[in-house]
Amino acid sequence: MIDVAVVATAQMPNVREETRLNEVEMLMPVLQEVRARAGLDQTEIGFTCSGSTDYLSGQAFSFVSTLDGVGPWPPIQESHVEMDGAWALYEAWVKLQLGEVDTALVYCYGKSAPGPVHEVLSRQLDPYHVAPLWPDAISLAALQARALLDAGKATEADLAEVAARSRRAALGNPNAQLAWDRSVEEILAEEPIVDPLRRSDCPPITDGACAVVLAAGDRARSITDRPAWIRGIDHRIEPMALGLRDLTRSASTATAGERAGVGTAPPDVVELHAPFTHQELILREALGLGEHGNVNPSGGALAANPIMVAGLTRIAEVADRILAGEAGRGVAHATSGPCLQQNLVCVLEGDR
Amino acid sequence: MPEITLPASLQGVEPVRSVRTPARLEYRYTAGEATTRFLLGIKQGKILGERAPGGKVYVPSRGADPQLGVPTSEQVELPAVGTLTSFCVVNVAFYGQGMEIPYTSGLILLDGSDLPIMHLIQECPVDDVRIGMRVEGVWVDDADLAPTLESIRYFRPNGEPDVEVVQPGEGVTW
Repeated sequence: MIDVAVVATAQMPNVREETRLNEVEMLMPVLQEVRARAGLDQTEIGFTCSGSTDYLSGQAFSFVSTLDGVGPWPPIQESHVEMDGAWALYEAWVKLQLGEVDTALVYCYGKSAPGPVHEVLSRQLDPYHVAPLWPDAISLAALQARALLDAGKATEADLAEVAARSRRAALGNPNAQLAWDRSVEEILAEEPIVDPLRRSDCPPITDGACAVVLAAGDRARSITDRPAWIRGIDHRIEPMALGLRDLTRSASTATAGERAGVGTAPPDVVELHAPFTHQELILREALGLGEHGNVNPSGGALAANPIMVAGLTRIAEVADRILAGEAGRGVAHATSGPCLQQNLVCVLEGDR
Repeated sequence: MPEITLPASLQGVEPVRSVRTPARLEYRYTAGEATTRFLLGIKQGKILGERAPGGKVYVPSRGADPQLGVPTSEQVELPAVGTLTSFCVVNVAFYGQGMEIPYTSGLILLDGSDLPIMHLIQECPVDDVRIGMRVEGVWVDDADLAPTLESIRYFRPNGEPDVEVVQPGEGVTW
């Protein structure tokens, strides 16, 4: 295996709705910032890979016009995934394993606000039996939360605790969209919006963008004194039909975590892509994290949930702490699809 | 269709071969700063291109220079006059077309621009349309000007002699 590291990251401060800039205008400063931090211009990037979805913007091949912000002329080696940027990072990591290039730019962007995002997300469901019913994203998450509560694996107070801790942590995150300090009791006093989920259990609707630069081996060491090495990365998917899997567990996260080597040493920091409070509890169990005290110090997806971006942001948040020398080892997780259908786990480490 | 084996209770029942599941989603589109500047210009009967730091002028600009990946911000007013760099003659009718066939679609490089726009070529028999032809835009009446390229009804020959066409990108080396 070729050693590959995150050597630079950048995020757009997350907002409820970006009404002034189009996607490429919104993304360009993030691309410029991440390349400046890596000290590379586009001609020094061996491979560029992005994640986004046309369903958010309502335009076919919208990612192609966004490429203008990269500067793809003369022609560049480029790819795109109709997925969260974490999977674009996975593709770039595979590309770097081939050894033909030693740098990669990974970026993603998502304007969740232009369309009715909870209905837009229903378009990824079984097109014959489920999508025609238009189940919105919150209702699907609520099915999962109800199953978890009913199984006795969590209480509503446990969910409220995740909401309170995440929004409080977000107070220290300059890129967070939603941050506040409220008690578990205050949250439990809210009326559920889709029972058993309260408003505080749900993520905000967010427009955002994130980018990272990857580099291999000595190239990574020449860019930064302390690269955030990817020690393990794996992603797994579960069946489409919601009734085929146990919604109270995340078998795909457990397998991906095992393959990525999560259990080989305790992490200093963990970032889980859990848009809904109960999902953090499911992911903790799948990754064997127990009561780990440093999960989602950024506030996680409860603080900002740009669709197609919130997963790569988890990797960037962990990498930032390693690049800054604040953490030695971290675990980052990304999810896609309804009720944690598909999951990616990445283990990052700094040099000792 | 492959053979389908049905249980006895469904023998003789016509199998479902298709389902209709209509979907409609509404979006609030954000044109962005550069496209907004362009469209507001069109509403005033002006074609506004934007110059990138490398010198290229794009019309319309979506806000980024694909050569450098940087914003375009210097506005350049362009004439509604240019050169046809390529064209096609549409001979087939299609749904939603709203045009009498045959008609000509052209790529028009406005004078002073580095990016051709696409528009209709009219007031010219299709057999006479040629690359290098000089054309001018025909605007709608002032009262009908709106933030859409349809404010230019079409382009037509302006009578100037043909010019040599260098295709965009031709001669570019790297």
